Order: sequence, then C-alpha cells, then structure tokens
Amino acid sequence: MSADASPDRREFLKDSGRWILLTGAATLAWDFVVQGAPEQAPNYNATDHWWGMIIDIEKCIGCGNCVRACKAENGVPMTDESFRTWVERYTILPDAPEHPIVESPNGGYDGFLDLKQHGDGAKVFFVPKICNHCAHSPCVQVCPVGATFESPDGVVLVDKERCLGCRYCVQACPYGCRYIDPRTETVDKCTLCYHRITKGLTTACCETCPTGARQLVDLKDPKDPVHEFMRTHMINVLKPQMATGSKVYYNALDGAVR
Amino acid sequence: MHGVEGFMYPNEMELQWSILIVLYPYITGLVAGAFILASLERVFNVAAVKPTYRLALLTALAFLIVAPMPLQMHLGHPERSWEMYVTPHKESAMAMFGFVYLWYLMAVLVLEIWFDYRKELVLTWRASTGIKRQFYGLLTLWSDNISPEALKLDDKIGRTLTVIGIPSAFMLHGYVGFIFGSIKANPWWSTPLMPIVFLFSAIVSGIAAVMLIYMATCKLRRTKIDMLCVDTIARYLYYAFIVDFTLEMLDLIHRLYVADESLQALDFMVKTKLFVSQIVIQIILGTLVPLVLLASVQMLKWSADARKRIYAAAGLLIMIGIFAMRWNVVIGGQLFSKSFLGYTTYKLAFATKEGLLPAILFMILPFLILWALVKILPPWEDGGTHAGDIRHGSTTGA
Repeated sequence: MSADASPDRREFLKDSGRWILLTGAATLAWDFVVQGAPEQAPNYNATDHWWGMIIDIEKCIGCGNCVRACKAENGVPMTDESFRTWVERYTILPDAPEHPIVESPNGGYDGFLDLKQHGDGAKVFFVPKICNHCAHSPCVQVCPVGATFESPDGVVLVDKERCLGCRYCVQACPYGCRYIDPRTETVDKCTLCYHRITKGLTTACCETCPTGARQLVDLKDPKDPVHEFMRTHMINVLKPQMATGSKVYYNALDGAVR
Repeated sequence: MHGVEGFMYPNEMELQWSILIVLYPYITGLVAGAFILASLERVFNVAAVKPTYRLALLTALAFLIVAPMPLQMHLGHPERSWEMYVTPHKESAMAMFGFVYLWYLMAVLVLEIWFDYRKELVLTWRASTGIKRQFYGLLTLWSDNISPEALKLDDKIGRTLTVIGIPSAFMLHGYVGFIFGSIKANPWWSTPLMPIVFLFSAIVSGIAAVMLIYMATCKLRRTKIDMLCVDTIARYLYYAFIVDFTLEMLDLIHRLYVADESLQALDFMVKTKLFVSQIVIQIILGTLVPLVLLASVQMLKWSADARKRIYAAAGLLIMIGIFAMRWNVVIGGQLFSKSFLGYTTYKLAFATKEGLLPAILFMILPFLILWALVKILPPWEDGGTHAGDIRHGSTTGA
C-alpha cells in the first residue's frame, strides 16, 4: 500500500474498520439482548442504600407518561385493573372540601379528558400513586410464606416462585397497590424498577416524567437532594394514620387525598 | 363498568376473596361449635345432651376435613401451600392456620374420637371377617386391650383431650376472626371484637347444626327425639346466641356512635348493597326471629311437637343467618374502596372455579363424609346398628 493513498481509499478503510468494529460489538451485545441477560452490577451494595421516592403534586400534569412507561418496562398486564403505578385526578369543590371527586380512568394511562365544568373555585390536581415501599409493611407482615419481603435497601418485593396466590397481602395493603397477575396467578406490584436502580439507573416512571414530579431518592445517601427537598417543602405521606413507614413522600399533598 | 360507583383504586375493581372464602369461616365455625357442644357433656357433665355427644364429634370431624378444601381451591398455587408448613412466615397470622388446623384435627379431634370409640372398634374387629376385619383392625391400630382398666384410662385421656380441645376450638375459630380483625387497612374488619364475635357465632352455628342433624337423623331412623336433650341444647343455644347478638350489636353501636371516617362508606353500604344480606337475612331473619322463637320456649309452655318445629325453624334460620354474617364480613369488607370514596359489586358466577356450584358442593361434601363416618363409627345411643348392638350386648354396657 502506498503512503499517498487517495482520500477515497482512506475513507473506505476507515468506514470498513468502523463497520467491522460495530458489527463485532453488536454481535457480542446481541447475545445479551436475545437472552435478556441483565447487566452486571458488581459494585452495588444493597445495604448502602435506602430507597424511596418524592412526588411533587405541584409538578404533576397528569400526562400518564409514568403509567405507560411502567406498563411497558415491567410487562404489567394491559388491563384496566392492574397497575404498578397510576395517576388520580382530584377535584375539590369549595363547598365540599372533604368530599373530593376522584377519577383515574384506566389508571391515567391515556391521560385525562378535559375536566367537566364544576363551576368556579374548584381545586384540581393530580396525585400519582405507587407502592409506598413501607418500612413496616402490612403486606410483608401477613404473607404466610414470606413471598413478599423487604430487601435490605428498603424495597418491598415479591418472590413469584413462592407466592401462593392467597391474596391476603392485597387485602392488607391500605393503598391498593397490589393486584393478581392473571398470567402467573401470583401477586404483583411495583418493584421500584429494582432491575434498574441496582444498575445506577432511575425508575421508568421517574425517567419519563416530563416535569420531574417524581424523583427516586436514596435516603441513606447524605448527598441526595432529598434531604434538602424534605427540609424546604411541606412533606406528607399517604394515610399517615396507618403508620406503615411509607417511603413515598409527597409535596403539597392535600388533606382530602386518600 | 365493573358495577363501580364513585371512585375505587384501579387495582380494587376485582374482589379478591370470593364465596369460597365465605365458606372457610362458616365451616370452621361449625367445627368449633359442634365441638363445644360435645364438650358440654364430657367436661361440664351436662348429661342431657349425651345423645348428641358422638354425633357432634363426627360432625366436627366431617366439617373439619372439608374446611381447607375451599381455601385450596381459591389459591392461585395450591401446590405450594405446603410451604406454609416447612417455611412459615412467623409474623403472619395466616401462616399459623396450617398448624392450628393440624393440631386441632390430629391432636384433638381424631384422638378424642379414637379413644371414645376404641371399645366398639375392638369389638367390631373381633366380630367381623374379611376386608371389614382388616379395616377395623387398622382403625384400632391393632390394639385390642379393652380391659376395664384400659377403658378407664381411655376415658381419662378422652376427658383430658376435651379439656385441651376447648381452648383449641376457641383458638381455631378465634384465630379465623383474627385473620380479618387484624387487617388495619380495612375498617369493616379491623376490630379486636372480631375474634370473639366469630367465636360466639361459631358456637351458635355449630350447636344449631348438631341439633338439626340430630333431629334429622332421628326422623330418618324413625326413632324418638330425646326431648330433654333437644330442650337442653336449645337452652344453651339461646344463651350463646344472646352473647353473640350482644357482641354484634356492641360492634355496630360502637361504630355508629364513634362515627369515624369509615362510617359514611360503611353506613351507605349497609343501607344499599348489604341491606338484604345484613339487615334482612342476618339481623332480622337470622337473629331476631330465632331469638324470639327460642325465648318463647323458655317462657311459654309449648307442646313437644310445637317445640320440635320451633327448634327446626330456629335452627335453620340460625344456620342461614350465620352464613349471611360470614358473607357480610368477607364480601362486605371488599365492596367499598379503601379510599372510602366508592363501591364495587360482587358478581357471583355459577360453574366457575370460585362460583356458586363449587360452594354448594363443598357444603354437601361434609354431609357425605358424615354419612360415611356414621356408617363406620355409629354414634347412636339406642342401638339399631352393629356397634350399638355390640355395646348393648357387651357386659360392660355403655
């Protein structure tokens, strides 16, 4: 090969080299794609984390991105009675502050239709819901075989190989976060995208939220912005009287929300 | 859609616990109640109810054998239920079911029946031939010592077992109440009264069931009903029922008076979706009418025939009323949203895995088992079948 190769020839060699490299890399990656093999997370130490979530009601626009992303990411049955996360729209009329009108058509999957006219002064907001990954979970307590358990990093998970399908945990959850997966006849619920967060990623719902209304937080990480957020906002959990140790913290949660 | 009014959390649309789970407290209640009746004679020396002693034990056994079947049928993975025995989750009330059940079945009921029947079993074994001989030999566990000393020991053990059995029966059913009463997420269930209400309603339903079965078997066998016996049973039934009714009313009045957040949802439900099953069937037909009937026997002098009819009517109404009570607890507790903002509807299918048909079959099955048990272990005091004949013919007598 002469030193003064024409530019065309040089480009050709470069392109060929790229293609060979890319094809090789793709071939290597393809095995993982086909097998669905999870990426390794050798540096993940469960006891270093304590996961939770912050949901800022003032930022939620009810677009339903989170619901769709969750269903797609986690293979949640596409029925209107199985949701790992869903969004509710609250309408509170001035004369009935304790009797909100609540809707969650198809869990908010398709977003929300225009609001019916309720007259002036109606307060309207969206409340995204998800498993609260309680530190004192009633669902974990009642499971007769320990199929529902809390991971060392504070995530409530279900072992589908052990679950009897007795549904006691569904009854015990005060928040309605569990459903029976008709395909496996076992219980299913939010895993806080455990397969993602242990690889340093965030959850599918947080990833796709266009306004940042949801944020995965690590309560054990002193540098996590959650601590600043909790200090500077009015925070509450759902149904605090249930004393379940909920780790999903809401900003601007109206007292009417159930 | 889904028969929903107002707002339900999306995952709440479908009811999780069906009519099969209604059967579970109903059937275990009958077991506990029948056993308590049997113990009246054995431990508390109420001699008048002796004609029903063995029948009550066999009834308890027949229903106890069936008790876990609707549960198994309901499970998504019944093949995994053994995990509850090998790796139970100790914090779970439900995990203890298997142990309470096994304890009650094997350590209490089967043993008590065996010791009570041992003499007849040995005599039948000796008197029979062929397969029947083998079968009864197996039932005696090839132990044929029926000397007076051995029988005395049997009696002593039987009495001890009954003494252990009473708290066990309380535990079996009180525990079922605890399963519901300990669910803080559900205000319809969550009350410490639940186990005790379940227990007394169990005693009531079990006593009523044995009374009805005794009267029916007398009719079938064309023997005379021992009126002293049924009068005594009816009296105890009346007492137990007063306690049961008082507890249930206490629960209701407490809810109405305290009027916490859940009351609005529950109050609405009782006035609409549960009106027929709770107000009409459970409280009026299943409680007030039989209470008045049973009270009338205590106060007025009815003829024996009239009393029999009253007992039959009261017994049947009680059985229906207690079933309605179980229904209202299990199904009623799932008809409202845990948001207290809406209600759903229970759609009872017929010939499905959790439909009405399997429920009916599960209620017929204990009677078939009881029929078989009665054939193998005749409970009659008055003879007429082989074991009774033997007892009459035997030197020691019954």
